[in-house]
Amino acid sequence: MSNNEFTQELSVIEGKPSLRSLDEIISKPLDTKPDKKYYIALGVTLTMLTIGAVALAYSFYYGIGLWGNNNPVGWAWPIVNFVFWIGIGHAGTLISAILFLFRQKWRTGIARFAEGMTIFAVITAMIFPIIHTGRPWVAAVYLLPYPSQHSLWVNFYSPLLWDVFAVSTYFTVSFTFWYVGLIPDFASLRDRTKSKVKKIIYSITSLGWRHSNRHWRHYEMVYLILAGLATPLVLSVHTVVSFDFAVAQLPGWHSTIFPPYFVAGAVFSGFAMVQNVLIFIRKIFNYEHIITLDTLEKMNKIILLTGSMVGYAYTMEFFIAWYSGVPTEMFTFVNRAFGDYSWAYWIMFSCNVFIPQLFWFKKIRRTIPIMFVIAVFVNVGMWFERFVITVTSLSRDFLPSSWAYFKPTIVDGALLLGSFGLFFTLVLLFTKSLPVISIAEVKGVVDGSQPSHGEH
Amino acid sequence: MSEKILYSYSALFDTPDKIIHAAKTVAEKGFKKFDVNTPYPVHGMDKAMKLTKSKIGWVTLVFGLTGTLTAVTMMGWMMAVDYPIVIGGKPYFGLPGFGPIMFELSVLFGAVITVVALLMFFLKLPNNSHPVHDTEYMKNVSSDKYGILIEATDPKFNKNEVEALFQELGAEKILPIYFDEEEISFKPKIFDKKFIGFLVIVAAITSLSVYGTMNKVLYMIPFSWMSEQGKSIPQETSKVFKNGSDMLPPVKGTVARGYLPYRFKGQPDKAAELLVNPLLPTEENLALGKTKFNIYCSPCHGYLADGKSRLNGNFPAPPTLHSNKVRNWTDGRIYHVIMEGQNVMPSYAHQLSEKERWAVINYIRVLQRSFNAKESDLL
Repeated sequence: MSNNEFTQELSVIEGKPSLRSLDEIISKPLDTKPDKKYYIALGVTLTMLTIGAVALAYSFYYGIGLWGNNNPVGWAWPIVNFVFWIGIGHAGTLISAILFLFRQKWRTGIARFAEGMTIFAVITAMIFPIIHTGRPWVAAVYLLPYPSQHSLWVNFYSPLLWDVFAVSTYFTVSFTFWYVGLIPDFASLRDRTKSKVKKIIYSITSLGWRHSNRHWRHYEMVYLILAGLATPLVLSVHTVVSFDFAVAQLPGWHSTIFPPYFVAGAVFSGFAMVQNVLIFIRKIFNYEHIITLDTLEKMNKIILLTGSMVGYAYTMEFFIAWYSGVPTEMFTFVNRAFGDYSWAYWIMFSCNVFIPQLFWFKKIRRTIPIMFVIAVFVNVGMWFERFVITVTSLSRDFLPSSWAYFKPTIVDGALLLGSFGLFFTLVLLFTKSLPVISIAEVKGVVDGSQPSHGEH
Repeated sequence: MSEKILYSYSALFDTPDKIIHAAKTVAEKGFKKFDVNTPYPVHGMDKAMKLTKSKIGWVTLVFGLTGTLTAVTMMGWMMAVDYPIVIGGKPYFGLPGFGPIMFELSVLFGAVITVVALLMFFLKLPNNSHPVHDTEYMKNVSSDKYGILIEATDPKFNKNEVEALFQELGAEKILPIYFDEEEISFKPKIFDKKFIGFLVIVAAITSLSVYGTMNKVLYMIPFSWMSEQGKSIPQETSKVFKNGSDMLPPVKGTVARGYLPYRFKGQPDKAAELLVNPLLPTEENLALGKTKFNIYCSPCHGYLADGKSRLNGNFPAPPTLHSNKVRNWTDGRIYHVIMEGQNVMPSYAHQLSEKERWAVINYIRVLQRSFNAKESDLL
């Protein structure tokens, strides 16, 4: 074979594994019985989930008065958690859509997993605004424009309604995108499984995919189109989430910086979460040559970039507050940094702005334990960012007579714990039921998998 | 064993370069009904197979715009035609406010319908009864081999020639693919007894659960539209206290704030002896006393407490407070009169608070002094 090496890029998959070995290693978790560690992990996440479920049942029965929400701080933790989880969901679409458009081949190893996390994070996020209404079984219907006996429609000028459309569209499109990506993998699994039941399941889910090039031709075009549609979509979702705040008149919220600031923050926290989970996945399932250290390093670079953008937004907010000359606006920001909630503000600031700056050092970008810890800090910081934005502004609004300090209750804590339980339970089940790495995509980027330039 | 019907001849190759070359050659030879199966999309294969660019983008465009239009029509009709309400001073039909949902619905329609169109119309899936399924050929191309197949129905198809062609191209393996017996005599199983039974069971479960939810579950706590609110309802027995009420009567001897009972009822002498004026004649107290005196006392006793008032003549004349009797009374004795009244005068206990009573007494003392001023008072 003539191979004109001089145009070759550095491979994103290490060691040029054979295609069949990729099949084997990726489908191994699906073919083998889970080990003890898996059950322990699942036990932990299910316990967390149960605690959350019990807290939720209590909240339904006795009402949401069990939460810490008080009179000025009506939004409190449910919205903090909602924005946090929606943010986590953004990395998946960014990796699968935006990096696809930019032809970043290193995304292939992590795209499937990140997309899965997007879906789980959005599911987790959607719970919170609905339960926040107190009567979700009613609210779930009232959120949609349906012809009711009141003959009244929903308010299409409300950012909260935009949110309903944005998040549900995001979920639907992400899920579709994910499923389209899974079809060829289901077909590969169908052809290699020896179990009869699995064969039937994979035959149904693969829709009878034949790896035909006459199909690939349309398939690749659709993948490109979906990436093109998902890119503005992912940017729009957090923009709309930020409108929930920015369209309100409250000091600290009514600001045009919110959409880009929220999107950067979402990508920031999403990448941190994906990086955290992938570190475990690549180690446990021996995917070190597919999800390489280079890939992790590139993710850390994105964390550094978005973290700096978030840091810029934090400081710019102060400037704009001063420049606006609005006393309440100025007070809000001074209060954030030095008021009752200054502890939360400085946790946020140090976790999101100072700590990720360590990623300027190549050695730190490539040392797994350190990058793991930094990403954990980033997620803590990003949760606190939403806390600071929501709670400080609400607890100190225009009228000093309505000011009040917000304190969460144990039920709030249990719900947050439960949301982590739900998310990680879904992640764990995912690792054992679906290929966590896109088999077809990874095969396409292995060295020598594409025809050499000399031939045509 | 009935005779098998040939679907195609297929060949497996080892490397992407070989399959590109094979596809190119087969296409150049003029075959039309041939296909290449690869585990992943191989770059340049469309060109080699002489395939045109996919036109599925048009589906996205058309249905994306349909989504935009649907959103505008829906929101415009609901907000401006069916039930117009002014919201925040915005126009009924406000395009900027519709923007986000227009965008979301465009993406939603565009993405979902594109995928449905791709699977159902462009790829004609789901199809699990294609002849290549479950063949050795399929098992290889879905893992690590690159396959090409030429269908037997192609006008140029000739068993031997095709086999020779594949050999010449360097095929690793050449395999004929036959139709399965089942695939030829395939009948839809929609009217299968089992399937219909399954549908009936699904319908029964669905209707029962919907009926149960709408008629039973939604009327149970906590789904019951807040009918259970944990508040006390008038005229209903409550479980809070044993006597069936939500509130208990006050403990015996309970005194309302500011309503201490008068200790010297009917005992003017004791009151005169034991009650002591707690207020000093400060400017503030005298001002209060003056206000209250002018309101409550002056109608009968006059502004100067001399009994010359605007009600003079309508009642038995009220006495002057400058008499020796009153001047020699202690503050406690006057207090007693304010509390209990005297002759025609009723009790003023309800009009004046305790502090105000003493303040009024201080003011009366001032008036008395002013009528009997000494020289030293002038200084």
